[in-house]
Amino acid sequence: MKRYLPFLIVALVAVLTATGGTLLYRAKRQTLAAVIPKDRPPAEEGDGEHTLGPADAIVTLEEYGDFQCPPCGALSEPLNQMVHEVPKMRIIFRHFPLVMHRNAHDAAMAAEAAGLQGHFWQMHDLLYREQSVWSKALDVRELFEGYAASIKCNVARFKRDVISDEVSARVQADQDEGTKLGVKNTPTIFVNYKPMPPGSLNPTDLRAAVNEAMKAGKPPAIK
Amino acid sequence: MENAATEIYAPSRSTVIIYILTACIALAGLTEATYLAVLTFAGEMAVCGDSPGCSQVLGSAYAKIHGVPVSAFGAAAYFTVFTSATFAAFGYPKARKFLALIISAMFLFTLWLLGVQAFLLHAFCRYCLVSAAMVFLLTGLLVATPPASSRPS
Repeated sequence: MKRYLPFLIVALVAVLTATGGTLLYRAKRQTLAAVIPKDRPPAEEGDGEHTLGPADAIVTLEEYGDFQCPPCGALSEPLNQMVHEVPKMRIIFRHFPLVMHRNAHDAAMAAEAAGLQGHFWQMHDLLYREQSVWSKALDVRELFEGYAASIKCNVARFKRDVISDEVSARVQADQDEGTKLGVKNTPTIFVNYKPMPPGSLNPTDLRAAVNEAMKAGKPPAIK
Repeated sequence: MENAATEIYAPSRSTVIIYILTACIALAGLTEATYLAVLTFAGEMAVCGDSPGCSQVLGSAYAKIHGVPVSAFGAAAYFTVFTSATFAAFGYPKARKFLALIISAMFLFTLWLLGVQAFLLHAFCRYCLVSAAMVFLLTGLLVATPPASSRPS
């Protein structure tokens, strides 16, 4: 019996680990599936929406992003490239700054403030490019003002806007919309309002999903 | 040709205790690594309170090898350590050698991961630090293991 005991112990641990892992995975997947419907209705579109690409696009890729989130930063440039390469595709960016990221909310405010001057996407790209720099800063105000100046924003206006209620409300509106849809993590991406599975949040799979949506030729149900 | 009976030796009491400790630490590491791997596969990121270190490290390009989360490799390594320590405690000499090999590899890989966090990412993930501590403990136990007894059981 003693000879077989180590085999039994190892087999027991293997079974327990596999079972525990599978149960946890199913629980997590069910939670995600429960909160993000397969075909959700389009979010409200307003003046403050940040889109890149033609308004009559066949494919809409909607991203809930956090400027301090590294995977969002890694996707930023490939998505920019994709929207330039794929005709009839557009990107919508929505703010979802996570609480655990100290400067994410300020970064969202900075992007919105730059957006009021028509420089949202320049600030968006700059924030992602310089993510490693400002992420650790204790006070990001001066850094962001420098960024605003570098993209030709009126800095005096930027300084006013970045702490304004209007900008704060825009960020909050995106976040509320995301929360309503069950967004928990960033990036959360929808292609023609269908949520992309977490394992597909890479340039190759996103490109494939966009191509597939393009072939389907179904125009997004946008108000 | 050797048979199974001649391959089994009787380790000393202190050696058995060390192997049991090794197996227990490996179990703790296996639990943590499995949890992290499952979260990654499910599309969630582990959160370390209000510290951004976890997302910076676990969301970085270094957190995956060919698309597979490093934590999944970690879980496989801890399971191998657990298996080897269990068999070594029951007197299998090959398991003892394999245990030394796998813990040495884990120690070197842990040093690399700590270097990545310190010098490339400039951020530390608490889960990774706990795992590193466990690997250092395993290495300490490996060093403390008395030389193999040649006494057949």
